[in-house]
Amino acid sequence: MSAVEVPTEKWTGKIHEVKLGGNGRKSVVVGGENMLPFLHFEGKIPNKPIIAIEVQDRNPTDWSPHLISVWGDVLADPGAWAKKAVEYGADIIALRLRSAHPEEANTGASEAKKSVDTVLSAVDVPVIVLGPGVAEKDNEVLVAASEAAKGQRIALGNCEEKNHRTIAASCLADGHIAIAKTPIDLNLAKQLNILLCDVGLSTDSILMDPTTGALGYGIEYCYSVMERLRLAALGGDNMAAMPMFCSAGEETWRQKESKITEGLPPTWGDHLERSLTWEGITAIMLLNAGANIIALRHPDTVTLAKASIDKLMSA
Amino acid sequence: MALTGIEIYKFLPKTNCKECGFPTCLAFAMKLAAKGVELSLCPYLSEESKQALESASRPPIRLVTIGTGDRKIGVGNEVVMFRHEKTFYNPPAFIVQIKDTDSTDDVAKIVDEVSSYSVERVGLELKLNGIAIENASNNGDNFVKCVALVKSKTDLPLILMSNNPSVMDQALEKVAEAKPLIYAATKENVDQMVELAKKYQCPLAVYEPAGLSELAELVTRVTEAGVEDVVLDPGAREFGQSLSALTQIRRLAIKKSFQPLGFPVITFPGQGSGGIEEEAVLAGQQVAKYAGVIVLDRFTPGVVYPLLTLRLNIYTDPQKPIQMTPGIYEIGKPTKESPLCVTTNFSLTYFSIAGELESSGFPAWLMVCDTEGLSVLTSWAAGKLDADKIAKTIKEFNVADKISHRNIIIPGGVAVLRGELEEELPDWKILVGPRDAVDVGGFLKKQ
Ligand code: B12
Ligand code: SF4
Repeated sequence: MSAVEVPTEKWTGKIHEVKLGGNGRKSVVVGGENMLPFLHFEGKIPNKPIIAIEVQDRNPTDWSPHLISVWGDVLADPGAWAKKAVEYGADIIALRLRSAHPEEANTGASEAKKSVDTVLSAVDVPVIVLGPGVAEKDNEVLVAASEAAKGQRIALGNCEEKNHRTIAASCLADGHIAIAKTPIDLNLAKQLNILLCDVGLSTDSILMDPTTGALGYGIEYCYSVMERLRLAALGGDNMAAMPMFCSAGEETWRQKESKITEGLPPTWGDHLERSLTWEGITAIMLLNAGANIIALRHPDTVTLAKASIDKLMSA
Repeated sequence: MALTGIEIYKFLPKTNCKECGFPTCLAFAMKLAAKGVELSLCPYLSEESKQALESASRPPIRLVTIGTGDRKIGVGNEVVMFRHEKTFYNPPAFIVQIKDTDSTDDVAKIVDEVSSYSVERVGLELKLNGIAIENASNNGDNFVKCVALVKSKTDLPLILMSNNPSVMDQALEKVAEAKPLIYAATKENVDQMVELAKKYQCPLAVYEPAGLSELAELVTRVTEAGVEDVVLDPGAREFGQSLSALTQIRRLAIKKSFQPLGFPVITFPGQGSGGIEEEAVLAGQQVAKYAGVIVLDRFTPGVVYPLLTLRLNIYTDPQKPIQMTPGIYEIGKPTKESPLCVTTNFSLTYFSIAGELESSGFPAWLMVCDTEGLSVLTSWAAGKLDADKIAKTIKEFNVADKISHRNIIIPGGVAVLRGELEEELPDWKILVGPRDAVDVGGFLKKQ
């Protein structure tokens, strides 16, 4: 019998490369692959996916007890938290300016600048700064963050359709990257990328966040939309070819399976084991769908995800 | 490869005799292409045409059944590479492996736990699918004893794992009528294993780690010898190897109609990973990337529950979210004074809030609006949950007659609906509940 021919696909497209950091700070490049995730037999993946650890500018007292106990004191100090995150293996820090949320402390530009300064001087890895997720507030604090980090090539999110002009202008002025966030929809994602290019951002300065749903809470929709985006990109659609950022830790740890500790059925198993598996499985699904940066919360999941990535890279 | 209606039409008699129940041969061909009817409805097909059409309509990945009775499993029969292209049909079986060197007590305990494990999610009971018994002792008597013990304790499908044909024969003699999967035929034992599969009419796994060409060759030997129910083990254990090998097998089967590899694949994530969490993560990858049978080294609810949830997610038809029938549901035994809550008919949403209402201890009425299976925020954003919809649902199900009060609790996520609702329902008081279902108990207590 004749040998089986390896069934490869001939892709014409390639994911744009985006470099974060640099200019005195460590740098990392994501993207550049010209094949489906980790299928080394049909292409090249020059830069492996990286793991971000989420840091908040405000002590997250409502977090799961497992997160609170593993991070301990540093939760009250974003600088110390970021440092410890790097020790735990973070390739990059994702700083969430949560205190700016109108339902939290509703803080503004000056507090944002301070938090960003603190984290930037505490660590030398690249940084992502995320607003509270409310477009008007995102504008206010991200513009401040952008100025504070001028030249350090951080990534700023959320950049949504509503506020894309403001965020893009900041990115252009200060040399940063926009994280274009759209709700689980191929066309909306492409459209926002087009808008960003129209206002002058180049493809090496855009990441996209196609929206993450946790395992059990919409992961299948996110997985499929990411697969479709990746297929479109490899098929040659430049406006679908931005590297993808996914906020897996945030989504999984807010679900009942990870957050609630009492009154759960015994069939749900050990709380910590379940929570870690919940975050780990969410991460591996996103990796297999093409994620380039995944933000996580628990150090053990970070170790697990990084080990999985290394094994996926070395095959 | 599936044929189009026109391609099928070429094989039909083209007499339009209507005996198949269709007005023309072409209409029948179209229906065949859509897989809506059986070929046998046309009595006038030539033998050649029949053969050609049957082999063309053979599923690219064979459906293989393991076990018998209520809990038997069918794996394979997938038709796409990506779930968005259509859907994934037959969820991979989760099997827990034990060894014949484990103590009798341990075996009995695990088998009981695995058989009875059942966890509820979105109103469905999620379960494990079988037990694999490994002949780790290398001793025939031990294996047969262990297999018999497992069989006596469970109706779950079994996988018998031994490369020794005579040991396998002894075990099959005891349990063959339960149609276990024989694991595995290898280059060394293939002829004897094929004989056993034929003699006992059981499915056969084929293990060949040397490469897909070698695997295909071995499978061809097996199928040519008359065994059709085959499960493939390419021996690719780690994350990357598994992804590559399983993707290639799936592509060859689906896109190239390569029959020697048109069978479901078995994986052993525990062998390709460091600890239980890594095993779970690798098993997760294999749910999506292309396993038919997943054998876990260990049984632990803390990893099994997330895995079963993932399987449910990935194997849900992307075109049809799991939905509830709209209407008014009783939680506990509500009276005319009990609170009234509103939610959507996405199953996940319904069961999230229904579950929390139930465990809060307050009986309640839960009104489910038809949002075409979308969650609270998604349906609001899509314009499918608004004041008008809520008011209409109240009317449609005569909700006002069931209660004496006029208070309605809406999910906190759609607090913005309050104003609209106050206008739409002037006699009602609109209460904004918490954003997360888990907080509903505390909320009701305060009311
Ligand atoms: C999966 C998903 C989808 C899936 C649909 C899944 C489905 N069947 O509903 C798809 C991909 C189809 C989708 C589409 C869209 N989506 Co969508 N989607 C999500 C995602 C990832 C998860 C939603 C989910 O399943 N949640 C789980 C369920 C259980 O939550 P829930 O229904 O809200 O229920 C909870 C509570 O509300 C509460 N609750 C429920 N009932 C009740 C009742 C009472 C009385 C109380 C007190 C509490 C309560 O209990 C539950 C648990 O706490 C979220 C983002 C995210 N990460 O959460 C976005 C999200 C909901 N989507 C969003 C949008 C905008 C859309 C689109 C409009 C985008 C577009 N323009 O195309 C479309 C609309 C659909 C359409 N046009 O048909 C936005 C909504 C923005 C907003 N705040 O309004 C979100 C938040 C994403 C974002 N950040 O932008 N989406
Ligand atoms: S029964 Fe056969 S020959 Fe007659 S119309 Fe149908 S397809 Fe054509």
